[in-house]
Amino acid sequence: MEKKKLIRGRPDALNDKIMHYCPGCGHGIVHRIVAEVVDELGIKDRFVGIAPVGCSVFAYWYFNTDFHQAAHGRAPAVASGIKRARPELIVMSYQGDGDLAAIGTAEIVHAANRGENITVIFINNAIYGMTGGQMAPTTLIGQKSTTTPLGRDPRKAGFPIKISEMLAVLPGSRYIERTTVTSPKEVNKTKKAIKKAFELQMKGEGFTMVEVLSPCPTNWRLTPKDALKFVEEKMVEYYPLGVFKDEPVFND
Amino acid sequence: MEKVMMKGNEALAEGALRGGCQCYFGYPITPQSEVAEYMSRRMPELGRVFLQTESEVATINYLYGAAGAGVRCMTTSSSPGISLMQEGISYLIGAELPCLIANVVRGGPGLGNIQPAQADYWQATKGGTHGDCRMIVLAPNSVQEMFDFARDAFDLAEKYRNPVFILADGALGQMMEPVELKPFLEFDPHKNDSWATTGAKNREPHVITSIHLEPEEMEEFNRHLQAKYLLMEKEEVRWEEYQTNEDDLDILIVAYGIASRVCRNAVDDLRASGIKAGLLRPITLWPFPKAEIRRFADRKIPILVVELNMGQMLEDVLLAVEGKTLVDFYGRYAGIIPSADEVVRKAFDTLKKVGK
Repeated sequence: MEKKKLIRGRPDALNDKIMHYCPGCGHGIVHRIVAEVVDELGIKDRFVGIAPVGCSVFAYWYFNTDFHQAAHGRAPAVASGIKRARPELIVMSYQGDGDLAAIGTAEIVHAANRGENITVIFINNAIYGMTGGQMAPTTLIGQKSTTTPLGRDPRKAGFPIKISEMLAVLPGSRYIERTTVTSPKEVNKTKKAIKKAFELQMKGEGFTMVEVLSPCPTNWRLTPKDALKFVEEKMVEYYPLGVFKDEPVFND
Repeated sequence: MEKVMMKGNEALAEGALRGGCQCYFGYPITPQSEVAEYMSRRMPELGRVFLQTESEVATINYLYGAAGAGVRCMTTSSSPGISLMQEGISYLIGAELPCLIANVVRGGPGLGNIQPAQADYWQATKGGTHGDCRMIVLAPNSVQEMFDFARDAFDLAEKYRNPVFILADGALGQMMEPVELKPFLEFDPHKNDSWATTGAKNREPHVITSIHLEPEEMEEFNRHLQAKYLLMEKEEVRWEEYQTNEDDLDILIVAYGIASRVCRNAVDDLRASGIKAGLLRPITLWPFPKAEIRRFADRKIPILVVELNMGQMLEDVLLAVEGKTLVDFYGRYAGIIPSADEVVRKAFDTLKKVGK
């Protein structure tokens, strides 16, 4: 029999538990990307992830690394607390859009503005997933949700918030990029961005964040395939992909 | 040992850092801002962490992260700030993390005022926290105790893997007294390595969390917490008595914190007028010295509770005495600290009610 060669296996930083995420959800892809990067940088034994409140509350079920589950929106504060206590650790705050862009706006703004040496992975799927599809701060204009049944009306519900653009203008942010995971090409770009963010943290350069536009077929009431199309056509239009900030913060 | 004049807030800070505090997180609020100011100078001197945060809501979560990383850490605030921290305190208890939280209490409710008060007794002992939460609550009554309790708090917190809470008041925070500065505590910085987020090197990953989705698991965890609380009630009750030795005591005054200082003078004054008065001062407000108070109730000695609020500890005293004796109350509020004369006059009223 022909001898088979393993070309690509499961990253060491990820375990083999079956994930609880819905079919077509972006979390699983981003988890794997993070795990691959952790492996490649050899930081598994000094890595701490922060799990938020939201669909990824149980992110720690899947990682072979230390994890700390935070209260809703407070992940950047928890991450900063850990980083200040043990600066040798590589700390990741993993958050969704409800968590980061609504209830946790104060914490994310101040972590970025302080140039806190942590990395934030921001999953933007324009909806509250775990609670069942309510309007998120990032829900698009006209997008239907269980609390905007007629579509988001900015006169009543305000506008979708562009966090990457906001944080990029703060003097403390080191590196901010928005990516997506709708195709292998985009997945590779996301991986490159996440790797760069962790590398900058390892060099002590300050606050880094990668915003990943991510599909939520279940709560968008779309098939996984149509959900990818929604990201590519609707979300990218309002939330353009690219690097929003990439410059040294501290010149000393 | 060397004695120095210090403000209560500064003594609290110096005590904590001599107890091994590695990280201080805080947000300015009167009347406790001196703690943060003092820490902003002293912590960097010692190569430790000081961080002024964006809010009290955030503060308690910096503490949550640092405590999860296994280092000795603390925050201080005053009443409205402590209200904002309640969710985080619940997480700290739920994730079983040791740390120190101190409240230099002011008047409430709402924005209240910035004067000394004991209005947060309920919040500290019964919790504004969600879930079945308990914390050891220490109530200093001198600048020396602000230092001592803060210095000892981390050992106590680590013993139970639970936050320890210091309930002071604006007067204790602001007043100056001589303090004996005890030396830096020796402690094992690796004591928490068996559960803390130190990086999963040559070991299984550590997870700090307070979520238990399965009902059975949630109940089991709460039974575990209850067992811990029971042990605290057995081991950690602290109180102090003054002039309570005679069998035929006429009246017992129960007061804590700054009010107990006034009541001690009142006891002396009452005795000068021929009344056999005594004072019981709870030092731990939780666990509460129930059995110690019941001893007096069993002997039908009338009790006068004095607080800088409208009657909060009063309820714990009533629970402790189980209706076996008369319990009277005298309270002044937020900046109006009663004089010993006032307490003496009230004690005569109380004695009249029992026909003495």
